[in-house]
Amino acid sequence: MSEIVLSVNELRTWYDSARGPVPVLDGVSFDVQRGETFVLLGESGCGKSMTALSIMRLLPTQFQNNISGSVNFDGIDLLRLPEVAMRRMRGRRIAMIFQEPMTSLNPVLTVGAQIMEVLVQHSSLRGASARAEAVRLLDAAGLPAAQQRLDEYPHQLSGGMKQRVMIAIALAGKPDLLIADEPTTALDVTIQAQVLDLLKSLQKDFGMAMLMITHDLGVVAQMADHVAVMYAGEVVEQAARADFFKSPQHPYSQRLFEALPALGKRGRELSVIPGTVPLLDQAFNGCRFAPRCHRAWEACEQHAPAWVTLPAGRGLRCLLADNTWSAHAPAAPPAPPVVVHDAPTHTSGDADLLVVRELKVHFPILKGLLKRAAGYVYAVDGVSFSIASGKTLALVGESGCGKTTVGKAILQLLSPVQGQVNFAGIALNGLRGESLRKRRREFQIIFQDPFSSMNPRMMVGDIIAEGMRAQGVEKDQQKRGARIDQLLEHVGLRSDAKTRYPHEFSGGQRQRICIARALAVEPKLIVCDEPTSALDVSVQAQILNLLKQLQGQHGLSYLFITHNISVVAYLAHEVAVMYLGRIVEHGPVEQILSAPRHPYTQALLSAVPTLDQDIKRVVLRLDGDPPSPINPPQGCHFHLRCPHVHAPCRERYPDATTFGASTVRCFLYNDAPASA
Amino acid sequence: MTRWPLGITPHNVTIAAWSLAPVALYFSCVAFYHLKPVWLWTDFLVYVLIASMTAFFVAARRRAHLREPLTRIIQNRTAMVCLVVLAAFTAIGVLDSVHFRQPAAGAAAAGQTDRYAPEVTSVLDALMGPQHMQMETTYSAPLSLVQYEKSTVERADGVHERVFPRLKFAGVGVAAGDAHTRDIVRRVVVGALSGLLATAAVAALFLAWYAYTQASPVRATFRRVLRGEGDVPWRAMWVTLLALCMIVGVVVALADGYHVFGTDKVGKDVLYKSVKSIRTGLIIGTLTTLVMLPFAVLLGILAGYLRGWVDDVIQYVYTTLSSIPGVLLIAASVLMLQTYIHIHPELFPTEAERADLRLLFLCIILGITSWTGLCRLIRGETMKLCEADFLLAARGFGAHPLAIMLRHILPNVMHIVLISVVLDFSGLVLAEAVLSYVGVGVDPSTYSWGNMINAARLEMAREPMVWWPLLSAFVFMFVLVLAANLFADVVRDAFDPRLKRR
Repeated sequence: MSEIVLSVNELRTWYDSARGPVPVLDGVSFDVQRGETFVLLGESGCGKSMTALSIMRLLPTQFQNNISGSVNFDGIDLLRLPEVAMRRMRGRRIAMIFQEPMTSLNPVLTVGAQIMEVLVQHSSLRGASARAEAVRLLDAAGLPAAQQRLDEYPHQLSGGMKQRVMIAIALAGKPDLLIADEPTTALDVTIQAQVLDLLKSLQKDFGMAMLMITHDLGVVAQMADHVAVMYAGEVVEQAARADFFKSPQHPYSQRLFEALPALGKRGRELSVIPGTVPLLDQAFNGCRFAPRCHRAWEACEQHAPAWVTLPAGRGLRCLLADNTWSAHAPAAPPAPPVVVHDAPTHTSGDADLLVVRELKVHFPILKGLLKRAAGYVYAVDGVSFSIASGKTLALVGESGCGKTTVGKAILQLLSPVQGQVNFAGIALNGLRGESLRKRRREFQIIFQDPFSSMNPRMMVGDIIAEGMRAQGVEKDQQKRGARIDQLLEHVGLRSDAKTRYPHEFSGGQRQRICIARALAVEPKLIVCDEPTSALDVSVQAQILNLLKQLQGQHGLSYLFITHNISVVAYLAHEVAVMYLGRIVEHGPVEQILSAPRHPYTQALLSAVPTLDQDIKRVVLRLDGDPPSPINPPQGCHFHLRCPHVHAPCRERYPDATTFGASTVRCFLYNDAPASA
Repeated sequence: MTRWPLGITPHNVTIAAWSLAPVALYFSCVAFYHLKPVWLWTDFLVYVLIASMTAFFVAARRRAHLREPLTRIIQNRTAMVCLVVLAAFTAIGVLDSVHFRQPAAGAAAAGQTDRYAPEVTSVLDALMGPQHMQMETTYSAPLSLVQYEKSTVERADGVHERVFPRLKFAGVGVAAGDAHTRDIVRRVVVGALSGLLATAAVAALFLAWYAYTQASPVRATFRRVLRGEGDVPWRAMWVTLLALCMIVGVVVALADGYHVFGTDKVGKDVLYKSVKSIRTGLIIGTLTTLVMLPFAVLLGILAGYLRGWVDDVIQYVYTTLSSIPGVLLIAASVLMLQTYIHIHPELFPTEAERADLRLLFLCIILGITSWTGLCRLIRGETMKLCEADFLLAARGFGAHPLAIMLRHILPNVMHIVLISVVLDFSGLVLAEAVLSYVGVGVDPSTYSWGNMINAARLEMAREPMVWWPLLSAFVFMFVLVLAANLFADVVRDAFDPRLKRR
């Protein structure tokens, strides 16, 4: 049963600029077979989404009429189809799910209206029968209480539920092909696991082909039958999943694997791909990856590699696979020496630099004319931990669990903070005004989004100097300039960057500038709020290496806030897992990751897609969504989703149980459960 | 590179010399002709406005986030065509904003140096010649030789007769009929040709300068400009300038012998009135914004950044203010001002100064009633910025709130300010017309399009109809407002971050 549903051939999409056409896709070819999942893998700016939009003919206006090649769908060339016929194609035969479930639903229409709109368009169902069909579809998409949900509006649903609605809408036309553009990127890991499972089972039931776009190797490992790796508008490698994961052939694919952080790579430097994905508005002579490739030689700069078909349905775009060239290729360079990070040289023992006791942040919900507090958002509800100097504590949890709020509360950037924050022996939340302002020098923050964390109207030099100016570091102009140069070099940028504006830099470079800005005031603690989640894998490795190296040199402490378990495994010394404003489990990283005790930690870890093909892992599926912090459930916060729930869990919050260096808050481990 | 003390480079010195030249010229004229400079309040504010705009553009050239949209405006054909038109209007407005009093008639002969004529004259008046002093008796049609109304004339033989009498200052020595037509045609041709020559001269000078800065031969540069190559749409600007110069040439040539747009009820030249109204329109359009900007920006940022009770107070003030009908507030203030002027005549030596104060007051009142919209926008934008990570980072560094507002918030709301200033301009010019029409606008003695339209109420109702003052006011206002609107569209697009093209 190898019937080809979609066959893309030499697809080229470009836009016209002042300097001539700029191709975003340059000769993309692949086939998708009925019933299989074909994954397009690549970093941002590689043209994955463009491929999907070109197939659907939903490109932005500047691409109008700028497509060549052919897209054969079930024997019909979509690119030659008139728009009227194409409109009948979309939704009915080819459906699409987008990355952002928040913006792809119309906020002023009910969920039911949006599903039925598609049904009316593509079937003869009307009225009550359409409604029944909509309920059936929502059921199929795994939305609980579908009947009631039909009359709700998108804002009443959580992100995961919205994505299920999107899937139901996509299924409404009973499509032969489902295009899913990063369908789980905006979702939390436990929800991602649910949605991926759902997509897989639906595919089986409906027998449709799926074209999935992702940047996440873990998702590929879990979902794909076939993989195509894209780079700079081209497909550079194509293979069946098992082959791809066993032996990636293209140097780019190989490097992607090596750049992934993992527990096994602790203590060494991650292998990085230098530089960034090239901009497409340049003429390429040779291989597009050559400037970043560790195997490149002169020929790569001059000859664009042709597509080479290999046995077992594999293909490669690399001179190394091309017989005319591979003979001239230099031998593979020896594997880069494994740089082992020294343990921090000047740690002053295990003195607790930061001690947080019973930290609480309750945001009041103001209502009415007099702005009375009608209730509270229990964003952080009694969190305690400590960080020793030179160590890293990772704060892990899903979105909305309050981990970012903890970071900001420690830095005294939020006002209603209760509990104790002791920094180097001084209670920070007792400080006010000038004394707090002076202290700010010692703790800094790096934000998630490198695009919004710098004032776009200031030059990089001024951005870095801001903290020095506020804190009175290096008052002399010349010395300050020299210090900025030194900082820029320290984070791997050239010193001429200081007279340029942030928008001239890529995401990774901006994150380096943010790090330099934080380092400028010589802090002892840096709160890293998801510093790599907006970055591509290859750039993430560069930033993680830099952070680790800086820790070694300066004895910095990090509070590393993240949802990415593999980053935690690579970087952290200790882990604290947060759920709904409280820490449920806390301990050394090896212990938590290898033998998690709390049911939530177990579910969280099992939901993370792994690359290992051999291990038949059991995904502990969590049902439903995290409850709202406005109205946390009675008893243990987790009991609504917990597979091991029993009576006391519903009544009161469990106390901490200690296992060596780690603590866990769960009745499973409480020797004397409640006197219920 | 040579280090210059205090940034005084030869380049800066040249610029300073160029900007001081008109000032020097003014003072030498004053000394030579024994003039008495008159400083009107609005004149002073016009100078301040021009100085601050120049400073803004000099500063903007060094800032990428401003330079980029400005470059986009410069490369836009519509914007540059409008800019040429606006520049012409502005030049007239500026020339009309330098005032003085001439020595009283016969004062020089009598050896008196401190006696001056009662009326205040501007440079524009001086350039336009004595035309504005020449009054006909009453209405006359455009380019006409005779009055619009019959009047009884006593002939030489003593017989009284109802005729259309000849105008005193139009078509002197030109016979009615063919000779009249021929004279008009001759003037049109001469005017158009001199406009062409003027443009050619300017273009030649420009070409020499442009070729010099581009370091390319003059001929090649000329060909490139003609083909419309290069980033700046010079060709479109030339064509506009040519059209403008030819129109001005024709009008000047005709105005020399005729009343191009006829005369009004008291025999005043309508063209002169329309041209003098330009200054009023420009001042209302720009000074009002100047008055409201400090309120809007300062209060908007304070409300958005400090929140709490400061926000409540500021919101309360602007909500209250914007719920009072603007016209009511304006009418009340203007009436109060009129009474004040009436009670204190000794404070205002000339009629012009009295009228000027009323104009300024109108600007202030318009400003006070119109800052609320911009303030609300800036408050919202500031609140949005407060959530931005870079602001949080600045607070994390312990930066002073004042520094945060100045360095982080102000530059990031400037584009809103710029857009709203340009967008408001045309609305304010029209608002003046409406207010003067209602009777609470500028002083009746001030030349303004609103006053002309107000007068047209009666002129349109009489039989035969007098249409030219209304048409004249309409044409001038239409050209100015259209140019300003088109320009504003381009400015808004250029500064709109959502339209950022790569």
